[in-house]
Amino acid sequence: MIRPAARYAKPVAGTDPALLHAPYRGTLKRAPLRPALRIEQGLSEITGPGFSSGGPVATDLTRAGTAEALGQRIVVTGRLLDGGGRPIPHSLVEVWQCNAAGRYLHDKDRHDAPVDPNFTGVGRAFTDQDGQYRFLTIKPGAYPWNNSPNGWRPAHIHFSLFGPAWATRLITQMYFPGDPLLALDPIFHSVSDEAARRRLVSTYDPQLSQPEFALGYRFDIVLRGRDSTPFGT
Amino acid sequence: MANDPLTPSQTVGPFFHAALHRAGWNDLTAGGARGERIAIEGRVLDGDGLPCDDALIEIWQANAAGKYAHPDDPQPADRLDPGFTGFGRALTDASGRYHFDTVRPGRVPGASGALQAPHVNLGIFARGLLRRLCTRIYFADESSNDSDPVLASIADPAARRTLLAARQPGTGPEVLYRFDIVLRGKGETAFFDV
Repeated sequence: MIRPAARYAKPVAGTDPALLHAPYRGTLKRAPLRPALRIEQGLSEITGPGFSSGGPVATDLTRAGTAEALGQRIVVTGRLLDGGGRPIPHSLVEVWQCNAAGRYLHDKDRHDAPVDPNFTGVGRAFTDQDGQYRFLTIKPGAYPWNNSPNGWRPAHIHFSLFGPAWATRLITQMYFPGDPLLALDPIFHSVSDEAARRRLVSTYDPQLSQPEFALGYRFDIVLRGRDSTPFGT
Repeated sequence: MANDPLTPSQTVGPFFHAALHRAGWNDLTAGGARGERIAIEGRVLDGDGLPCDDALIEIWQANAAGKYAHPDDPQPADRLDPGFTGFGRALTDASGRYHFDTVRPGRVPGASGALQAPHVNLGIFARGLLRRLCTRIYFADESSNDSDPVLASIADPAARRTLLAARQPGTGPEVLYRFDIVLRGKGETAFFDV
């Protein structure tokens, strides 16, 4: 018997995007027609990969090549938390992004913007015992997106998180405050709740900025926590 | 409840490969796992029946003794297999095909405590998917499927059949199962809200 307290709470309506979001055309052929079937969480859902062996980490994306990457240096840091505000320690954080010119180091990226041979845009870290992660990287550029005529994606960094269980797995995107493209972005607006959308936008934090060196942005990520809802509510 | 603090999901997009893929991550047996070696492969198809060539597939499964390598699995520790983590990742190729080498999972207790049929948890990320899609791979030639509570909870027999990986005529030493994933429309795979 799996104790109810061991299960993970579901996000409330409006937090996660609907799978079908017509302004994002890519969803039209890929979003399932039928709603997902709810199943009770058991061992298969409350367990998940731990990556206890660790593996390589890459937290300085500006020095992955033979020379320093081009662009505005930024520190991106924050805490990985559960829905109850508790830190999630020793958990894998994977990030990827385009370079300062808006170009990914990827075969399928056809954007006519310069590749930076010294910037792969790939990072990997484990949160520390307080749930903290930290990357030094380059501020990503905006890039064109053929979803709509003259459409552009706002600057963003992709984040992949595991947390403690199969049920807590999350892939998301971090955005930058004040980006005028956010108001027009169908992926950002696939999240219907405005407060939930704001949680995808990092905060500029002067305390994190390093004098004469880099700007600092804070991005906390909150994964599903243990379900504390008492029976009957 | 407007004060839900969770971070919303966003699409993985098309450019994740360098960050999320590593050669060999689709072979869960590389650490010398105990149990019967099997292979699972299939295609990911969209609503037009066209291959999705840019999907990321993740699997998570119990070992051959039916234990997950995780501290919240309360089953006896002597069932752990140090050669098996239970996690794998694969990419789909130009024809939408993915492939995993693994071991046949044992039976694991479900939410009620009753044993479930052997299954592999599978998650799909792709451009055009704003959230992960979750499903389970069951094995069509497994007699305990009839008593599996999750399979039994699916009212539509056609939807239930989408979770059964079919054993393929053998050519090599490993048993090969075929598990196609249809994201949308005719033959749509049954997905779970976990």
